[in-house]
Amino acid sequence: MTQLRGAVAIVGAADTQVGVVPQMGATQLCVDAARRALADAGITKDQVDGLITCNSMAEPYLYHAEAIAEYLQIFPRYCIAAATGGGTTFSVLHHAASAIATGVCHTVLISMADSLRSGLTREQAMLMQSSTGHAQFELPYGPTVPAFYALLARAHMARYGTTEEQLAAVAVTCRRHAHLNPAAQMRDPITVEDVLNSRMIADPLHLLDCSLVSDGGSAVIVTSAERARDFPHAPVYLLGVGEGHGHEHVTQARSLTTSAAVESGQRAYEMAGLGPRDMDLAQLYDCFTPTVLIELEDLGFCAKGEGGPFIASGAIGLEGTLPVNTHGGLLSHCHPGNPGSMFALTEAVAQLRHCAGPRQVKDAQIALVHAQGGIMSSHTTIILGRERN
Amino acid sequence: MSDHAGKIIPRPTPETRPYWDACRNGQLQLQRCDSCGAYQFFPRMMCCHCNGDSVTWTRVSGRGRVLSYTVVRRPVSKAYAAETPYIVALVELEEGPTLMSNVTGCDPDAITVGMPVEVTFEKWTDEISIPKFRTA
Repeated sequence: MTQLRGAVAIVGAADTQVGVVPQMGATQLCVDAARRALADAGITKDQVDGLITCNSMAEPYLYHAEAIAEYLQIFPRYCIAAATGGGTTFSVLHHAASAIATGVCHTVLISMADSLRSGLTREQAMLMQSSTGHAQFELPYGPTVPAFYALLARAHMARYGTTEEQLAAVAVTCRRHAHLNPAAQMRDPITVEDVLNSRMIADPLHLLDCSLVSDGGSAVIVTSAERARDFPHAPVYLLGVGEGHGHEHVTQARSLTTSAAVESGQRAYEMAGLGPRDMDLAQLYDCFTPTVLIELEDLGFCAKGEGGPFIASGAIGLEGTLPVNTHGGLLSHCHPGNPGSMFALTEAVAQLRHCAGPRQVKDAQIALVHAQGGIMSSHTTIILGRERN
Repeated sequence: MSDHAGKIIPRPTPETRPYWDACRNGQLQLQRCDSCGAYQFFPRMMCCHCNGDSVTWTRVSGRGRVLSYTVVRRPVSKAYAAETPYIVALVELEEGPTLMSNVTGCDPDAITVGMPVEVTFEKWTDEISIPKFRTA
């Protein structure tokens, strides 16, 4: 069997302007991200022979990747648009790595963008995102996306005694990191009290427990480890990757408090030959504060049920034992929908290149990046490192 | 609560029509496996527990308990604004399967995980009555 560990590396990574970007449409943001990543990698578009995108809600195409290839006038050997919700980003890295390792193509451009803030009305954005619910058996009851995640948070609180204050500490930490990131959409520091005093959206989630609604795009270039040595930046190697898929609809979840991140994490750790204690930092999908809580537990950073005290201890801050979401995450950096977790990937690359400025995790060698899509439905865990072996 | 225009109204498929036909008649019916006897929801063409080929629509008690809940303070669309705040809950039926629903007639501050509830039906159209739950 072809071994993926160390087989490919990220050699280019870049984000567009994020936040409120009304001067560009979603297609433009996708192409802008692609061009920036190509420039970062020091290559031309003609040196890319694989393209992966995800569809846009604001400017959808029936065949999105084909449309972006056409716009760029590239003619790849491998071209696909993925759709597993917010976990899309990382699951495609898995596919890109497989395609490169098996010789289907050499160099893959992954570019994703959307304009949820400027390209849709607020009601359109809410309805479109909540349509992840089942059209007959969930949506008639009026659940919003925050409501879906609130069901998970409430179950965790009831079972393990997790508190709203502990959940709020996730938002506070992300904002503190965003304060150090000039690109972030929301940078003013907040307190636990600010979160608890913000408007209740779906009990127990307040406004500041919810991620942003943003415009933005982000892209990476992936190639074989052998080719990766010839690029201007030090390569960031893929050491481990694993997926886990538990359900599509939350009504069908095997558990409300334990997710398929358990499986994706175990698979990634096994491939990398590493464990949670080896991680210098983690970028964890944070569409809502309880998402981070469950991921911390399921990825083995603390015991099941102890996520609340772990977060409240300060462990996930820049000075903690496991800095989480050093760019500010979906909660404070930006969240343009399905492309959201791309920014966690480019941030992990920046951290492992040691060019993250004031938010740099000192001497970071290994990073874990995790994203999930749907309602804790699809999970992908990635382990990246500065060294191939 | 009488005006349901603009809400997301279920459109039955060949597979789900028996469920909605039962609801219209004021009954909650789920599929039960003819081999292992387990109930399942959502509807499927096979038993998701034992992979048995044959399942039969069977009336269930309509009684269950709240597995988790949230109180939606900001409605998903204008069509739901009149009843906001509303409770969205996951209800675990006595027979095993879990349903999403609204819990009605209950103070949003009074609902708890584990609370016993029972089904009630809300007529939305001539074809569709929606199963909801109230405190038992």
